[in-house]
Amino acid sequence: MSGHVFHPGHEPLHGITVVVECVDRRTMVGRFHHTDQRGVHLLDVAMHRPDDGDGPREAFLERTQKFGVKAEHPHVLVPEHEVVSVTPLREALQQ
Amino acid sequence: MMYDPQLVAPMREETVQLGAKELRTVAEVDQALANQSGTTLVFVNSVCGCAAGMARPALRLALKHAVTPQAVYSVFAGQDTDATARARSYFGEYQPSSPSMALLRDGEVVYIMHRHMIEGRSPEEIARDLTAEFEKHCAAQVED
Repeated sequence: MSGHVFHPGHEPLHGITVVVECVDRRTMVGRFHHTDQRGVHLLDVAMHRPDDGDGPREAFLERTQKFGVKAEHPHVLVPEHEVVSVTPLREALQQ
Repeated sequence: MMYDPQLVAPMREETVQLGAKELRTVAEVDQALANQSGTTLVFVNSVCGCAAGMARPALRLALKHAVTPQAVYSVFAGQDTDATARARSYFGEYQPSSPSMALLRDGEVVYIMHRHMIEGRSPEEIARDLTAEFEKHCAAQVED
């Protein structure tokens, strides 16, 4: 059922907890809401910044998998040109 | 956002019918979860699509398994907010999400199924994960 649209009328990832990797090496985990001309809109977002002493990205994802998303930002807009990848959290952990 | 209670009523009813006792107040939560012994599943219900299409059907399947928790409770996120917050206070350092399910043994969380472990999966897949945890953590209670 991967990619199943359980919110009709929305994008396939709407409501799914995703990992967004950015060109500046930040990693965000949050609920995908939608995309528009400005970029990707995420809700209830945890953010990992490797340059700010946040430790390894893998540890951040493993911690998030086990303990859940520590939502520090209610809404984050990631400009499209800054997005490297958008992957459901469950799949990101399997890679 | 609080939803119309009439809209939510069938979601509550579905949860009760599958075998969960609803906890709607802080006092009810404390009575159920404080000083508990044995195994307890707490289902954090919600109005979202993955609760309706995945979490509740999965819980229904899982509770038909031979090994199940001794007690099953539910709280309704976004509706019974105080009761839900209180229930989550028993989950320690685990972050809130809904829908979700917490399995406790003697008051300690031994497994949490977060929302991200429910999204986009079939009820059968989710139930399979749940029953594996039931067998791991609840089997001793069945043998007693």
